[in-house]
Amino acid sequence: FRRAASTTANRKVVTLVPGDGVGPEITGAVVDVFAAANIPVDWDRQMITGEAATPPPGALESMQRTGVVLKGPLYTPVADGHYSTASTIRKQLDLYADVILAKSVPGITTRHGDLDLVVVRENMEGEYSGLEHEIVPGVVESLKIITRKQSELIAKFAFDYAVNNDRRKVTAVHKANIMKLADGLFIESCRKIAQNYPDIKYEEVIIDACCMQLVSNPRKFDVMVMPNLYGTIVGNVAAGLIGGPGVVAGINYGPKIAVFEQGVRHLAFDIVGKDLVNPTATLLASVKMLKHLQLEADAERINNALTSVIQEGKVLTRDVGGNATTSEFVQAVISRLK
Amino acid sequence: NAFSVLTTQQKQKVTLFPGDGIGPEISESVMKIHKAAEVPIEWESFPVGTNAVAGGKLVSDEAIESVKRNKIGLKGPLATPIGKGHRSLNLTLRQLFNLYANVRPVITIPGYKTKYDKVNLVVVRENTEGEYSGLEHEVIPGVVESLKLITRDASMRVAEFAFTHAKLNRRRKVTAVHKATVMKKSDGLFLQCCREVSARFPNITYNEMFIDVACLQLTQQPEAFDVLVMPNLYGDIISDLCAGLIGGLGLTPSGNIGKDAAIFEAVHGTAPDIAGQNKANPTALLLSSVMMLRHMQMPFYADRIERAVMTSIAEGKALTGDLGGRASTAEYTEEVIKNLK
Ligand SMILES: Nc1ncnc2c1ncn2[C@@H]1O[C@H](COP(=O)(O)OP(=O)(O)OP(=O)(O)O)[C@@H](O)[C@H]1O
Ligand SMILES: Nc1ncnc2c1ncn2[C@@H]1O[C@H](COP(=O)(O)OP(=O)(O)OP(=O)(O)O)[C@@H](O)[C@H]1O
Ligand SMILES: [Mg+2]
Ligand SMILES: [Mg+2]
Repeated sequence: FRRAASTTANRKVVTLVPGDGVGPEITGAVVDVFAAANIPVDWDRQMITGEAATPPPGALESMQRTGVVLKGPLYTPVADGHYSTASTIRKQLDLYADVILAKSVPGITTRHGDLDLVVVRENMEGEYSGLEHEIVPGVVESLKIITRKQSELIAKFAFDYAVNNDRRKVTAVHKANIMKLADGLFIESCRKIAQNYPDIKYEEVIIDACCMQLVSNPRKFDVMVMPNLYGTIVGNVAAGLIGGPGVVAGINYGPKIAVFEQGVRHLAFDIVGKDLVNPTATLLASVKMLKHLQLEADAERINNALTSVIQEGKVLTRDVGGNATTSEFVQAVISRLK
Repeated sequence: NAFSVLTTQQKQKVTLFPGDGIGPEISESVMKIHKAAEVPIEWESFPVGTNAVAGGKLVSDEAIESVKRNKIGLKGPLATPIGKGHRSLNLTLRQLFNLYANVRPVITIPGYKTKYDKVNLVVVRENTEGEYSGLEHEVIPGVVESLKLITRDASMRVAEFAFTHAKLNRRRKVTAVHKATVMKKSDGLFLQCCREVSARFPNITYNEMFIDVACLQLTQQPEAFDVLVMPNLYGDIISDLCAGLIGGLGLTPSGNIGKDAAIFEAVHGTAPDIAGQNKANPTALLLSSVMMLRHMQMPFYADRIERAVMTSIAEGKALTGDLGGRASTAEYTEEVIKNLK
């Protein structure tokens, strides 16, 4: 099986992690569309679930080997139970940068009109350290860790992203007036890196003011960079502005790997198995993935089919104001493939 | 008028800190409107801030005594001196009077158009611990640890406040906001307290939501929320996000509720750019005073003033500059008084 999946002349191997919740449905949509479009991608399917603390043998190896992953969300138990499997995987693969692409999709109308925001989230440390203990009964301490190394890395990533994608401004989001040392170190790192990019404007904003401005005047932002927890918060606010989790793509980068998925990772248990989920975000992520694999023409084909269906607005899922099922939507995309 | 029978002896005293910048102007407006509405309270006003009090203190002992006696205060914005070794006065008051819950109603003001209408929710924020512990250190060069502290005591009392507030204000649902997938023990403890308290309020629906999902849904359908309760940092973020939904800080009131006192204040700052020019919008402070009246069990006067504010803004005859009008603070104040019924 492994041999069959190795990259042949023109075919690429991608690790597929369907994941939990609606993961199998949204990644399944990509598998179906790719099959119909004869995309030269072979899937190395790895069944990881957040119900287990560690991924099954072979899963991490597959991701390391292929370096390209399409993934659904993973479940994490609330309060009790094991540490987040998704976080464990991110740490083991050194997926330090999470990019959330909150770009409006023509045909999906929202309160805020056309927007194009990029949220760059530090993905390794911060509030997600998992270091907590009960000092005395009824008193719990939780550690947030900020390091110069990761802060400079993510800042550099954000500025490079801005340069490579023709963006003008990077805004660092923080709460350094309260967390003077931790967020202070983050901001200091951003300022230092900013000096190497004189053509990119650099600004700072406090997380609470940032959220207020996002819902009232989102156009003042372009690329935004921030520690881990603020990243999920701002990412979700941004997603809410442009039409919800179903339309925002995301990419996680490590030094030698890129993981493509829905930008805000929700399990959507409320609609699991009901054929209601919107696979647009994951399809958009798969388009980014094809570009990453240098299958530009294939990326274009999928993107054109997807965007024309949405723009026409006849077959849309419920979350974006339509009444089509996931399957109907996927069929509509397939029927538009050229 | 049925309410004129109240004699001066029955008037309750309230401590007033007019504050800095636009503070004195908007406080004056509030006092005028209260007087016109015949609210049976008597103000004890004290200057605060670096230049106001002898001996370098931010607040005089007399003022503190006044709050202790009255147990209720209204506060204008204060300029926090940055980096001069001063503790912010807000922090001082919070600690002196154990102001453990910050409550911010966020309600659409009819007539003031934003991208969201029909918002009607209350954010209850734990005000004393969490990420604001101030406990941080550099473990080794380039590695900083910051402590978030969650205790059962603080979580229980803020949860109790949220449910009690919901009950008294005839609200139906309390949503606890958390991230207990990641901060399992700390946010886990917070959730556990909310659950325990919720069991004592069978008529109020209780649910839980991740902080990021709450942010997502607040930007998509804020009308689905009622009362929200959460640890300090999440409360800070969510309350500002919600203020953004209805038009910003100029319209949002808040209360700091404590064991020993309750102090109500506008959410905005001193607005030095327009201070002293008769341009400031007193609405946020006025609505804070409305919350205060409700807290003092004077719903009649609260409703009376609130209705006049809503009418004035909806009719839009005398709006201040921040709401796109051209009226002065004084003209807007007169308009509100005219609309008192
Ligand atoms: N692709 C999608 N299409 C349509 N709706 C979606 C999609 N992804 C998420 N949602 C919706 O977004 C909302 C928030 O997601 P959800 O409830 O899964 O978060 P959660 O389960 O509370 O958190 P998490 O999944 O992060 O553990 C839900 O109403 C869900 O149905
Ligand atoms: N009540 C108000 N009426 C009219 N405009 C206001 C009001 N409050 C704030 N503003 C305006 O909003 C902007 C920001 O106000 P804010 O009070 O936060 O000022 P600031 O400079 O941050 O002061 P501080 O340092 O005290 O926070 C200013 O342009 C100010 O004029
Ligand atoms: Mg704030
Ligand atoms: Mg301010």
